[in-house]
Amino acid sequence: MNDNICAISTPLGVGAISIIRVSGPQSINIVNSIFEGKDLTKVKSHTINYGFISENGKNVDEVLVSVMKAPRTYTKEDIVEINCHGGLSTTNKVLELLLTNGCRLAQGGEFTKRAFLNGRIDLVQAEAVGDLINSTTEEARRLSLSQIEGELSKKIKTLRKKIVELLANIAVNIDYPEYEDAEDVTTNVFKNKLEPIIDEIKSILLTAKDGKIIKDGINVALIGRPNVGKSSILNKLLDEDKAIVSNIEGTTRDTVEGTISLKGIKFNFIDTAGIRKTNNEIEQIGVNKSKKAIQNADIVILVLDYNEKISDDEIKLIESLEKISHFIFINKNDQPKKIDLNNLTDQELVYGNTVEIDGIKMLKDKLIEKFNINKISARDFTYVSNARQISLLKNSLGILNELRTQVLNNVPVDILEIDLKKVFDLLGEITGETYKDELLDELFSNFCLGK
Amino acid sequence: MYDVIVVGGGHAGCEASYACSKIGKKTLLVTSNIKNIADMPCNPSIGGTAKGIVVREIDALGGIMGKIADKSHFQIKMLNSKKGPAVRSLRAQIDKKIYPKLMLKELQKQANLQIIEAMVEDLIIENGAIKGIIMEDNTKIYAKAVILTTGTYLRSQILIGSKKTPGGPHGEKESKNLSNKLKQYGFEIQRLKTGTPPRIDVSTVNLKDLTIEEGDKEYYTFSFDNSPFYNINEQEKCYLVYTNANTHKIIRENLSKSSMYGGYVEGVGPRYCPSIEDKIVRFSDKERHQLFLEPESKENNEWYLQGFSTSMPYNIQEKMVHSLKGFENAKIIKYAYAIEYDALNPLQLKPSLETKIISNLFTAGQINGTSGYEEAACQGLIAGINACLKLDSKEPLVLKRNEAYIGVLIDDLVTKGTQEPYRLLTSRAEYRLILRNDNADRRLRKYGYQVGLISDSQYKKIVIKEKNIKAAINKLSTSNLKLTKEVIEVFKENNIEIPTFSISMSQLLKRPKIHMDFIKKLIDLDFSDEILDQVSIEIKYEGYIAKTYKEVEKLLNLESKKIPDDIDYDKILNLASEAKQKLKIIKPATIAQATRISGVNPADISVLSIYLKKEYGKNE
Repeated sequence: MNDNICAISTPLGVGAISIIRVSGPQSINIVNSIFEGKDLTKVKSHTINYGFISENGKNVDEVLVSVMKAPRTYTKEDIVEINCHGGLSTTNKVLELLLTNGCRLAQGGEFTKRAFLNGRIDLVQAEAVGDLINSTTEEARRLSLSQIEGELSKKIKTLRKKIVELLANIAVNIDYPEYEDAEDVTTNVFKNKLEPIIDEIKSILLTAKDGKIIKDGINVALIGRPNVGKSSILNKLLDEDKAIVSNIEGTTRDTVEGTISLKGIKFNFIDTAGIRKTNNEIEQIGVNKSKKAIQNADIVILVLDYNEKISDDEIKLIESLEKISHFIFINKNDQPKKIDLNNLTDQELVYGNTVEIDGIKMLKDKLIEKFNINKISARDFTYVSNARQISLLKNSLGILNELRTQVLNNVPVDILEIDLKKVFDLLGEITGETYKDELLDELFSNFCLGK
Repeated sequence: MYDVIVVGGGHAGCEASYACSKIGKKTLLVTSNIKNIADMPCNPSIGGTAKGIVVREIDALGGIMGKIADKSHFQIKMLNSKKGPAVRSLRAQIDKKIYPKLMLKELQKQANLQIIEAMVEDLIIENGAIKGIIMEDNTKIYAKAVILTTGTYLRSQILIGSKKTPGGPHGEKESKNLSNKLKQYGFEIQRLKTGTPPRIDVSTVNLKDLTIEEGDKEYYTFSFDNSPFYNINEQEKCYLVYTNANTHKIIRENLSKSSMYGGYVEGVGPRYCPSIEDKIVRFSDKERHQLFLEPESKENNEWYLQGFSTSMPYNIQEKMVHSLKGFENAKIIKYAYAIEYDALNPLQLKPSLETKIISNLFTAGQINGTSGYEEAACQGLIAGINACLKLDSKEPLVLKRNEAYIGVLIDDLVTKGTQEPYRLLTSRAEYRLILRNDNADRRLRKYGYQVGLISDSQYKKIVIKEKNIKAAINKLSTSNLKLTKEVIEVFKENNIEIPTFSISMSQLLKRPKIHMDFIKKLIDLDFSDEILDQVSIEIKYEGYIAKTYKEVEKLLNLESKKIPDDIDYDKILNLASEAKQKLKIIKPATIAQATRISGVNPADISVLSIYLKKEYGKNE
């Protein structure tokens, strides 16, 4: 870990300024070698310096360079941050210069890994930082910040304290069997002490679902026959929310057409089989093609045409949605009505069009209403937002439930204690208080590039 | 010229000299007083939680403590017998006069072993290797290896109230110079403290006022080779005593007169064995504390008042004792005292118990910072075995944490060090479900056999035992329960639910209320109780045992990641400085050991692993 790493640490193509972060023992020297301005090796720590990045005497970009010396930095190593102003291509050029002058490209999450390995942050904090990087919406950012402040850590630590107290009590029973000083943890006592621990883990897990919504966003499938206006609706949604759209090739998952933010919650629109195709090839309504999108969706919006009769295929589609969370958006209500609503008596209907300014407002409102978003925002932020944490909690709960059964089977408490110790260790993994070889690898491969 | 010299005739020294001579090395045991060989200066018992298992392990390896204890106790108990099999442990009340006599006799019988009385003042060291010892009168005795088992005798001082007297237990002479010499040779010395309660003339105690504590009504032996030498109905009684408000008042009023609270003590005492004044101060809301009155020997009236160790002056001790119910007129035969002594920092030891600084010099027992006869004895045994293996240029015997409490103890010592006298506790053993009292022979006889302490016939016994266990398990898992009229009758008689579908005997045994005794009523099992005991545990707790083995596998995986001796921790740039310091001192042999060092956090392990991978490649 004595090499120097660099990465663009701001989302590509978003905002006017890109920041490149460099960390490592030679980071200041390396940046200094491509910097025109003050001698960065002589400036004070935690200063911002104006100048140019240049190559062979030619200026590449006008920049502000922050110099932060170890150990009071994020990674506890020397860190230099270059604020580039020239857009994507010049930022890439600056990165390239760094790479040719002794840096290597940071792996995903490597800054955070170094921060962790150098003892700067604990594991929950590291994971929350990862979420911070990934989160593109305000809500998720708040969630990430709240975890850095350690609310989840605090809850888990309190829980571990309860467990360790019980463990200690049992240990005293075992090692000092004749002493009356400690409460004798009988199977009954053990069972009673188990219950609040189980309840606490359950309640932490309950918040996990909301946490997932906040972090990963809600998947929406927009389905309907060709020419019903799906692309126009999507474009209108995306147009109104430009800052959050991440439609640069390769920056989003292939299946996501676009992401919008409503009240701070991400909505990912899933590709429903060529939704953005421009050619007007006539084809059967893609019942089969839509199926896959429907499977991956948290909610389905079926688009119908106000100006057309409902076809048999569309009726089939409606029937196929019977057990799926969905509503119907009746598009083109600025045109004459030809649709027969008798077929849609049990359906939630929302009207609109892509022509008028507020044409799709009802659609947005419906989405907000469906996910109770106003309620989520008001909640406290002890959310569990990471699959690894959730699985550790679930494993703990599984062991605890098993323990409850075993207590009833009269398994001796001193044997049950071994499993309770396991729960203690699992919870410790969430806050990084036990060591597991594979833990770090799994954790840090979850990070996106740069911090 | 000897092969091995053992310095000190306590419990560590006895095991060490016994093992070395039995293995066939020409051995010399140097003690300051032959009469005090295997002396028990503190509690009159051997065994106890975790410690009892250690005695079984010593026996399994071919040591001697269990064999002598079996012949010299007058009460024995299986502790935790109502709890699970993993935490059961034997404890025997030992006749303090008999045990040392039998031990001396046994040692004197050993071929290859010579015992002399002398004080050792210095060591002969050449080129970083031990060559022998120098006595008080300057005589030199040469040996290829030396084992120091000096107990609490290094620069020891007896503390009673404000009085500090140089000397060891029983008014023995302390060793004045050896610890200074060790310091000169580069060893880090720490000062520890322990204490012992008063001995009471039992004929002056009104025993009717006390609660009787009896021995178990079942026969037990520590040794796997012994049959019981005692009669369960002729066991001595112990008594339960309580302190009271008056006792506490006396102690509180005189606190500043005790060595501890008067500020006369430098050494660090054990938390798990506090003096009575400590208990009163730290648990001030407790209205009473338990004490036990235990006989020390059939040859005298001296009884041990367990739980009442103190460093108060004589007159206060009198008052304290007289405040106890039934002790109004009790006579104190020996007063309680605290003792301070020098010990080596055990981080300077290899897992073989050889010192890192001087090759072929081994240390064992209280000199390594432990407390307890059993802890001392097992180290003596391991040091003895490893001194012999070293002389034969063989790999040392290092028991892993999943193999023995002895392994846990030594690993803790050499990895974590200790700030107080170290006592084994059940909770220190993370794999205790497989480190049981009942299976020590199955775990360790093979090692005893390999090093030459276990005979062919003893070893054959364990091989046959294993075969029988396998056969019994096989029989139970292949025999299905047949619900004949008679069988149904047996179920009804015992008030046990009749299975509604066909199951094997082993499945039946797994059920909560079913025990081996019941199974024996249903099927012919031509196996001894010893075998069926093992089978029953293995079947009943199969799931838990399997889980433990899974954990063990993870440990062994980390244990297999060796750290080369020549590693230069200064070259690992991102190691936290505390971790670097610790790693340089402890020099862990494996990544597993490194993870157990306090102050080495997961991040350091990650850095270390990455470095090993980079520098040595092969480290998986």
